[in-house]
Amino acid sequence: MAISVLVLSERIAGEHPEATFELLGKGSKLAKQLGGELAVAVAGTDYPVQELGGADVILELAGLEAGAYAAPIWEAGVAAAIAASSPRVVLMSTGTVGLDLGGSLATRFGGQLASYVIDLDVDGEEILATAQLYGGKMLAEVALDSFICFATVIPGSFPADDGRSTGSPRVERIEVGEKPKAVAMAIREPETGGVDITAAPMLVSVGRGIGSSDNLELVQELADALKVPLSASRPVIDSGWLPKPHQVGKSGKKVKPSIYLSFGISGAPEHLEGMRNAEMIIACNTDPGAPIFEVAHFGTTVDLFDLVPELTERFGG
Amino acid sequence: MKIVVAMRQLADLVEELEVNADGTDIDRDFVKFVSNEWDEAALEEALCHKDDGDAEITVVALDEPDVDQTLYTALAKGADRAVKLTGHDPEGWIRTGDRAAILASWLERDDFDLVLTGVQAADDLDGQLAGVLAERLGVRHAAVVVGFHDADSAVQVEQELGGGTVAVSSLELPAVLGIQAARQTPRYASITRIRQAQQTQTIQEVEISAGGSLGGTVRKISPPKKRGGAEMLEGSASEVAERIAELIRSKGLARS
Ligand SMILES: Cc1cc2nc3c(=O)[nH]c(=O)nc-3n(C[C@H](O)[C@H](O)[C@H](O)COP(=O)(O)OP(=O)(O)OC[C@H]3O[C@@H](n4cnc5c(N)ncnc54)[C@H](O)[C@@H]3O)c2cc1C
Ligand SMILES: Nc1ncnc2c1ncn2[C@@H]1O[C@H](COP(=O)(O)O)[C@@H](O)[C@H]1O
Repeated sequence: MAISVLVLSERIAGEHPEATFELLGKGSKLAKQLGGELAVAVAGTDYPVQELGGADVILELAGLEAGAYAAPIWEAGVAAAIAASSPRVVLMSTGTVGLDLGGSLATRFGGQLASYVIDLDVDGEEILATAQLYGGKMLAEVALDSFICFATVIPGSFPADDGRSTGSPRVERIEVGEKPKAVAMAIREPETGGVDITAAPMLVSVGRGIGSSDNLELVQELADALKVPLSASRPVIDSGWLPKPHQVGKSGKKVKPSIYLSFGISGAPEHLEGMRNAEMIIACNTDPGAPIFEVAHFGTTVDLFDLVPELTERFGG
Repeated sequence: MKIVVAMRQLADLVEELEVNADGTDIDRDFVKFVSNEWDEAALEEALCHKDDGDAEITVVALDEPDVDQTLYTALAKGADRAVKLTGHDPEGWIRTGDRAAILASWLERDDFDLVLTGVQAADDLDGQLAGVLAERLGVRHAAVVVGFHDADSAVQVEQELGGGTVAVSSLELPAVLGIQAARQTPRYASITRIRQAQQTQTIQEVEISAGGSLGGTVRKISPPKKRGGAEMLEGSASEVAERIAELIRSKGLARS
């Protein structure tokens, strides 16, 4: 049987990321619809094989050393896997590897690409993708009809459990002939220590709506009154208003507190990736169309500068 | 080092967005256009390299609503040259494939070591620019870049993977980098400086005819249907605060 869907495991070291299993689950359904097999491409040869039972075939990208990463080296490897397996659909996530390779590989193979995808289906000869645009404020339905189609999928869009199954996929080794003009040098882990926002039962989280670092005191007072840590969206961290360990989201921490209180956060997909599984999300945002209200359990459009002092007062601050 | 910063305009996400009459794009008539925030980070990082003494900066953008403002602001901040590419419909949705084709067509004639662009734009339906552009140019690329430095004929790049983990690699020049964050918040250009740039500097216009669709057919665009969605708490700040306080107490997380 021919390979119809190829999933890229974005594992650089350690475990296969959660997104790999989400894509395997969805990929398996698509492969059935397309009447072919599901393949997964993995870097190197030293990876946990038994976890990849959801796939029919494992394509080992020989020469991609685990423990370091360079986009051109991975691009050469995944391109060789695509050339060897000729899938109809290639699935990656919108993680760093997918952002690196989605556009470049689609261009190289002359295929169509949908990015920020949250759903996929087969409709006759076409692959239908639903994608998020404008930070989640719009959804687009796109029909892809090229002979090879690419999708980069937002993590969390499909259940990972569907992709975790035992099986004994056959293993094929992909030799990479191309010599990319790049060197993968090192992986640097973040410094540990300081606050652990993943351990807190409740978080007071703040976004760009706070306006300036001077205003941070306002939410800090609320966090202190509640005796919980302050967390934040990426722009607050990038502006240097709070240190990196406080960041929630795709490139920050994944948190799952009993209560996530958010103030002035719009709810971009990259932020939601880090907190959508909180037990109770309460969001304050003056824009009634803010995507954060899609995942929040309770919401208010009251100005945070009016609401926060009222709350602090109620908790003895 | 010759750095080209590719910038673009984008609908301001703070505004309310509406769907156009045929349902396949946002309604662009009443939208406020601003410069893409990640492109601003790319420009800032380029300016920091120039401050360190080793960069000459060209900013380039496709003609789009209010793009002159963005280009003059970049000049006011310290870019050496600004170029505006024309020859396409400036009012429509310029998809990544076409944008990359137009930029590549111009870059092929220009001389550069590095092209910097924002890691993404909020309407990147058919992919992020850096990888597509690099592939067209046949050069190296990296996305989600949080730092880079020049090392002879190569650039050493730091890419953020997730949870603060960073991958370090070395790419032979030329290369295209999708910048996630600059080392500092983008600098400010005063109105006076921008006016001065408008009076003393010019934006070079170059007409290009190129295209390269990568995207499928957009059947429909719509705001997400509320799937359950949040229960909205109505009332004054004090009333809403009381409701939230009750919710917090109901979870046993605070007493007073
Ligand atoms: C590869 C990659 C990784 C990323 N990783 C992360 C990540 O880990 N974490 C993360 O958060 N982002 C991440 N981002 C960035 C993400 O795309 C968004 O840019 C970011 O989440 C937006 O932050 P925000 O909601 O604070 O700001 P904005 O989107 O600017 O939203 C501010 C909100 O505040 C509201 N507001 C303004 N004033 C008030 C007021 N007075 N009262 C109440 N509300 C008010 C506004 O209505 C607006 O909705 C990543 C992006 C990329 C490309
Ligand atoms: N410690 C790590 N070592 C190697 N790769 C990692 C590490 N942490 C995250 N990644 C990879 O970084 C990519 C993006 O992660 P994320 O943004 O969390 O989806 C994924 O492909 C992960 O496999």
